[in-house]
Amino acid sequence: MGEGNGIRSVVLVDDHQMFRTGVKAELGGAVEILGEAGDVDEAVAVVGALRPDVVLLDVHLPGGGGIEVLRRLHGTVPSRFLALSVSDAAEDVIGVVRGGARGYVTKTISGPELTDAIERVAGGDAVFSPRLAGFVLDAFAASDAPAADPELDQITQRERDVLRLIARGYAYKEIARELFISVKTVETHVSSVLRKLQLSNRHELSRWAAARRLV
Amino acid sequence: MTTDAPPEAAAPPRLARWRQGRLVAGVCRGLAAHLGVDVLIVRSAFVLLSVSGGIGVAVYGAFWLMVPARQDEDGGAARGRDWMQLAAYAAVTVGLSSLTWSAGLVRVALWPFIAGGIGVAILWQQADRDQRHRWVVPLRQLWLRSVIGLLLVIGGIGGFVARQVDAGQARFVIIATLIILTGVTVIATPWVVRLWQDLDAERHERIRSQERAELAAHVHDSVLHTLTLIQRNAHDPKEVARLARSQERTLRSWLYEPKSDPGRTFAAAIRELAGEVEDDHGVPMEVVVVGDTALDERLGAALQAAREAMVNAAKYSGAPSVSVYAEVERDAVAVFVRDRGKGFDLDAIPADRMGVRGSIVGRMERNGGTASVRTAPGEGTEVRIETGRG
Repeated sequence: MGEGNGIRSVVLVDDHQMFRTGVKAELGGAVEILGEAGDVDEAVAVVGALRPDVVLLDVHLPGGGGIEVLRRLHGTVPSRFLALSVSDAAEDVIGVVRGGARGYVTKTISGPELTDAIERVAGGDAVFSPRLAGFVLDAFAASDAPAADPELDQITQRERDVLRLIARGYAYKEIARELFISVKTVETHVSSVLRKLQLSNRHELSRWAAARRLV
Repeated sequence: MTTDAPPEAAAPPRLARWRQGRLVAGVCRGLAAHLGVDVLIVRSAFVLLSVSGGIGVAVYGAFWLMVPARQDEDGGAARGRDWMQLAAYAAVTVGLSSLTWSAGLVRVALWPFIAGGIGVAILWQQADRDQRHRWVVPLRQLWLRSVIGLLLVIGGIGGFVARQVDAGQARFVIIATLIILTGVTVIATPWVVRLWQDLDAERHERIRSQERAELAAHVHDSVLHTLTLIQRNAHDPKEVARLARSQERTLRSWLYEPKSDPGRTFAAAIRELAGEVEDDHGVPMEVVVVGDTALDERLGAALQAAREAMVNAAKYSGAPSVSVYAEVERDAVAVFVRDRGKGFDLDAIPADRMGVRGSIVGRMERNGGTASVRTAPGEGTEVRIETGRG
């Protein structure tokens, strides 16, 4: 995985053939599509064999969903995962990020934005959609309960500022300008939030996601 | 008798209750296969043990509870039992016990247990296979409880039998009865719990099927309707996009959003507003709301101002989509409406134009809040609306 040189290799995992075709057309020549998969077993086989830079992973897949793919491949391939879904449900979003995805975007994302997100994930950064930022702000909202592990269970004021701007629809570059920091610093903050989201055992996180399921 | 020896004849087969060729629960047949003796011998032994003191019934019951049923290889052939044989054994049992009865050997106290056993057997027989399976699985996990219960029953019977000879010592009879009752309770509890859980499971199933029905109705009312409209408007891409987007929003909120009344909570109200603007102007609104609170008058003003900002963005910015972010904090509520459209020169707007100044900034100031607009040509526009809480 050469960082920042040449185009990225991608494997597309989605059970809708029509959607895969659409994404391929949108991405055009910006990335190299190495292969495709339509279910969990196929995804595990294809990604394991082709070892792409980035796997575009649908959350809802036959055979256990994107989470199952992450569980079975985690640590076995150098590939990074970007979740792509029509679902806005909190447990889907939080679940797949906690499963190891480096980001989450909805399927309404435009071609150039998706290319940008793939590039970012391939470079080791995190990709947060406004909605994911909103979920994280909600889940890490100040609570009176003392945090069990302050390092992981709380986000800093600066991280909160960055998330807020993402939720307001700002791009990283715009956030950097707004907060008088570099884009690299913005990326560092977002990666740090991603790590906390993945590792924190903060019980509000799970309780909150569970409560949202009660529709 | 009716079945062949199991294929793995070299080693004695594991102790299991045989469904094939069974008379009651397959205990004797299983034991016979396990011990490698004729089933007739085992059955006779149980009959003898039953009539001479009743221990056979208790042991049979214990095996029935504790020993798993054998997994049948065949689909279900020859599963019926030989009723003639069963009747024969019953006759032998009754005959022998009336013999011993008249000889004063059998104790009256045993008959309730025998009758109870028969009752249980009938219930067992009538329950379908799945139900039986559900009864038995947790019972086996509770084997310790069953063993204790059985020991108590047997001990109680023993005490009863031993002491009844001295008719005067009623105290022992009472103690023995209490022990028996305790034992029966210990045995019966998991059964009762199981029955209760069965009922519970059934209720859940009913709720689930109601949910399915609701889903079907919803899909029919909204989704199918929209699909029809889309086909009819296939020549108008803009209308198709609007219909699809509107349906998507409805379905999403129905599936993922917590059910709340737009008339009462802030988050629901702002989502609804954004939906209306989207429908009216055909520009998607990406709404993110953090936190929620009950609506009041000040928030009502903030919502109206936010609506105005969304309409402006949709109508004039030319941006393909608009971001709406609302945040409810401990003491304040903020709404941001942002587009990446063409923006404008704030100072160049004539003073008599109402739009931004009147319906957004003015409205917020009248209601104790603030609003500000940040924009420049080519830079997009962001309207920030803030108000206190409580």
